[in-house]
Amino acid sequence: MATVGVLTGGAYLTKPLRGRGATLVEDAHEAAGGALPLTLKVNGQPHSIEIDPRVTLLDLLRENFGLTGSKKGCDHGQCGACTVLANGRRINSCLSLAVVHEGDEITTIEGLAKNGEIHPAQSAFIEHDGFQCGYCTSGQICSAVALLSEHQRGDASVITADLSVTGPLELTPEEIRERMSGNICRCGAYPGIVAAVQDAHKKNGRTKA
Amino acid sequence: MNPFDYRRASGAETAISSIAGSAHGKFLAGGTNLIDLMKNGVERPERLVDINRLPLAKIEPLPNGGLRLGALARNSDTANHPLVRQHYPLLSRAILSGASPQLRNLATNGGNLLQRTRCWYFMDAGSSQCNKRAPGSGCGALEGLNRYHAIFGASDKCIATHPSDMCVALVALDATIRVRGPKGERTIPIADFHRLPGDTPQIDTNLGKDELILSIDLPKSSFANHSHYLKVRDRASYEFALVSVAAAMDIQDRRIRSARIVLGGVAHKPWRCEDAEKMVIGNHVDATFFEDAGEIAIRNARPYQRNAFKVALARRAVTKALSLAGGLA
Repeated sequence: MATVGVLTGGAYLTKPLRGRGATLVEDAHEAAGGALPLTLKVNGQPHSIEIDPRVTLLDLLRENFGLTGSKKGCDHGQCGACTVLANGRRINSCLSLAVVHEGDEITTIEGLAKNGEIHPAQSAFIEHDGFQCGYCTSGQICSAVALLSEHQRGDASVITADLSVTGPLELTPEEIRERMSGNICRCGAYPGIVAAVQDAHKKNGRTKA
Repeated sequence: MNPFDYRRASGAETAISSIAGSAHGKFLAGGTNLIDLMKNGVERPERLVDINRLPLAKIEPLPNGGLRLGALARNSDTANHPLVRQHYPLLSRAILSGASPQLRNLATNGGNLLQRTRCWYFMDAGSSQCNKRAPGSGCGALEGLNRYHAIFGASDKCIATHPSDMCVALVALDATIRVRGPKGERTIPIADFHRLPGDTPQIDTNLGKDELILSIDLPKSSFANHSHYLKVRDRASYEFALVSVAAAMDIQDRRIRSARIVLGGVAHKPWRCEDAEKMVIGNHVDATFFEDAGEIAIRNARPYQRNAFKVALARRAVTKALSLAGGLA
């Protein structure tokens, strides 16, 4: 088992606080501040580790598992560069403690390719120039993948005209912009991002039909 | 982030006793606000009781025709629940106008009730004065950057606003908050849940320190056909409100039988405008009455140096929200 430290202001705390190897007994946990056991799957691969409870999911992915595709932009849930899928739902991994994800299945940008083929959303971003510097791109693509499944199951957005219609609605560029608003791109590649999501949506429909 | 003791609770009772046994403990649900504040050193809990495994995520009809929203139902699931979309579209719209899809996927209903202000001076633990974060240190916003701040119900100790959109709709829908503490369960009407700052701005709500939110209960609503949540902000999406309005009316034969007008982004709690409601109740759906309601809504507004624009904005937003809810716009 590896013990994961904590990143605070750039300094990596390699020493657990105390009680290294403390076990987590639900409801009756006595040891304070020690490393806790955590079991979860990342991109299909099971992991069992011990972890300081202050470590965020983002730091776990990047610092312990070497999955540096997910980026630390603002570290405050404002930019979306850290977006990953937890049990299929997009979340800001910077605002979620790793220890909360016991038993969860996490998918990062590194896990989207299947059988050696990149995900249709990934190829759509390439085709439509959905990025310039690329820093926000992993988060944008993870977000787009979740957007497509949210839309598929009929989720509304705040600009959806009629909330009582619960089937899939038309995915207009305005809907895409609203639904992607949690991902900031400082290069301003938004027109390409919207085109990429729209294209991935169309291709998605064709594969399913 | 400060060290803390992490406990994963499997039941409400153990979660409550875990918190009761700690001087500075916090429940951890979605964590979108709490973890952020811990990173800034604004919140420094000595214990986190993780309640994510508690069975409080259901959304289910109540025997009286209302709807029970579990405290741990995620904001995104609440906004998109078919019963919420059909019977409480005002609530769906309010939730969907806040934050981003990623945040709404984590954020819970209970956590949304307990959101803390985004006042710059509260968020900056390093240097600023803030009576809410450090009681007695003063209010930096009073003479400082107060563009986002309150125009109603503030005190000389604190002029912060409540950041939630969901809560503004909940006040319009007469929600009650069901909570449980060491002494058992009780309910708190949403209007009494949040507080005005007065001399104790450090206390945001009337929830006891060791009380756990179980659910938000909505009574049967007659507002489903005529409601609107209007949010005015600096960006088109993913931004807090400068002013928001939850407008809801029960209209039959073009006559307004009852109404709710609640403002967000203007006070330390969602700000209900009962005098403006009285103006429209009993009248026909008519733009003139909606303009009068806007005038009445801002009557006791008290702006600060940089947020005087909010008074006119609130007046016009009330008129527009009522017009949209009433089908005039």
